[in-house]
Amino acid sequence: MRMNFLAGQSRVRTTALLVLLGLAGAPAIAQAQSANVAPNVAEGQKLAFDRSKGNCLTCHDIKGGDLAGTIGPPLVDIKSKYPDRKELVAIVSDETKRNPTTVMPPFGRNHILTEQEISVVVDFLQTL
Amino acid sequence: MRRLAGMAMAGLAVAVALLGAPPVVMAADTPNPPADLKAFQKFFKDKFPKVKFEDFVNGPYSMDEGLYKQWKEKEEFPPYEFALDLGKELMAKPFKNGKTLADCFPNKGVGVRQDYPYFDTKQGKVITLELAVNQCLEANGEQPYSYVKDEMAGVTAYMAYTSRGKVFDVKIPDDPRALAAYENGKRYFYTRRGQLNFSCATCHVQSPGERIRAEVLAPALGILNAMPIYRSEWSGMGTTSRRFTSCNSQVRGVPLKPQDEEYRDLEYYLSYVSNGLPISGPGARP
Ligand code: HEC
Ligand code: HEC
Repeated sequence: MRMNFLAGQSRVRTTALLVLLGLAGAPAIAQAQSANVAPNVAEGQKLAFDRSKGNCLTCHDIKGGDLAGTIGPPLVDIKSKYPDRKELVAIVSDETKRNPTTVMPPFGRNHILTEQEISVVVDFLQTL
Repeated sequence: MRRLAGMAMAGLAVAVALLGAPPVVMAADTPNPPADLKAFQKFFKDKFPKVKFEDFVNGPYSMDEGLYKQWKEKEEFPPYEFALDLGKELMAKPFKNGKTLADCFPNKGVGVRQDYPYFDTKQGKVITLELAVNQCLEANGEQPYSYVKDEMAGVTAYMAYTSRGKVFDVKIPDDPRALAAYENGKRYFYTRRGQLNFSCATCHVQSPGERIRAEVLAPALGILNAMPIYRSEWSGMGTTSRRFTSCNSQVRGVPLKPQDEEYRDLEYYLSYVSNGLPISGPGARP
């Protein structure tokens, strides 16, 4: 019983670690649930979850993703909190402008995501 | 180069101001390790008032009650036992010239882990335990070990094990080069780097106890006391060198070579600010 538990545990952790921060460049495990959402939104979710792209789940709990970290706040009520999409673009591009000590990586400034990719991620954020 | 370092320092002064309780006194114009140590330890004690001081040496386990229980269970069948046996054997095994590894260390290498790293005023550099092991092998005409695992992990595990409970007692001798090495290690620790813009402190000072994906981050206080460690995710043992290089890789940064001067200085800084905490190695991690 205990053996099984530990084995399961270590498998999860191994996966988590290999792909921690997208090092392994593995494809996103979570599939964008594309049933009835605009194409940009599905694409944005994919980029946000992809471990070699946004990998936002490392730090944020986000609806539809699993194995989320707790370093950043859960991304909820984003649309009402940031009605102006420009603010979201700014946060994702370089949060150090708003908060110099933030641990959130500057996805735009450091070319982790292109401007186009950030725009699509923001489309997704606005559905949260 | 100089400009970059300057910027990092400026960034740190800001960080210190915003974090409230400064883990380091960066603004100070004259380096002051004892003041750093006090501020650093106070930062973690204030941040985690419920964690017993000696428990900071248990890495992620000190941060999470559920994990702590799992760890206690694991200690009943420690996965690092084979490394201890290997280390003990290697310490005593005669070289071609008849001497042994144990001969290179004070008290035959038993119960001395807490005195490393130290600043060697003759060589003019920081000597970590891992470097001391390989210097001994080479001085005796033997092949050095790989720094990251296997024999090196075994020997350092054995030396840590025989030192359990003894507190870190890392000294900074009255030599400007020693102080410079300490300052260099400190700078490395707080400088952001890599595409993700992380410093060591981003994860181990700003976010200990938080989960990064499924992993609970260890606090920087006492972070080396349990080295070397067994990790299920490595399916084996890893040394301090292994942990430093893998943390650098995680941030899409290019790791330095094991035992590079900057890593040794980093280890010097991190060990010094954990003075007073007991050696708990070898450790076992999920
Ligand atoms: C390494 C950690 C980390 C990663 C990775 C990360 N963030 Fe963040 N994020 C934070 C933190 C911490 C905050 C809190 C604000 C701050 O620190 O300035 C934050 C804040 C935010 C906010 C504002 C939330 C609010 O309620 O005000 C948004 C939106 C956001 N992040 C989106 C993202 C997106 C999208 C990604 C991936 C492309 C991402 N983050 C990746 C750490 C991270
Ligand atoms: C992006 C996050 C991140 C950064 C940046 C980072 N680490 Fe880590 N570190 C981790 C994770 C995750 C672990 C494994 C869980 C744990 O023990 O904290 C870890 C573990 C460690 C451990 C072992 C702790 C233990 O008790 O098992 C040491 C030592 C360490 N890191 C040192 C460093 C140093 C030195 C740097 C800078 C060169 C650094 N880390 C940068 C994420 C990071």
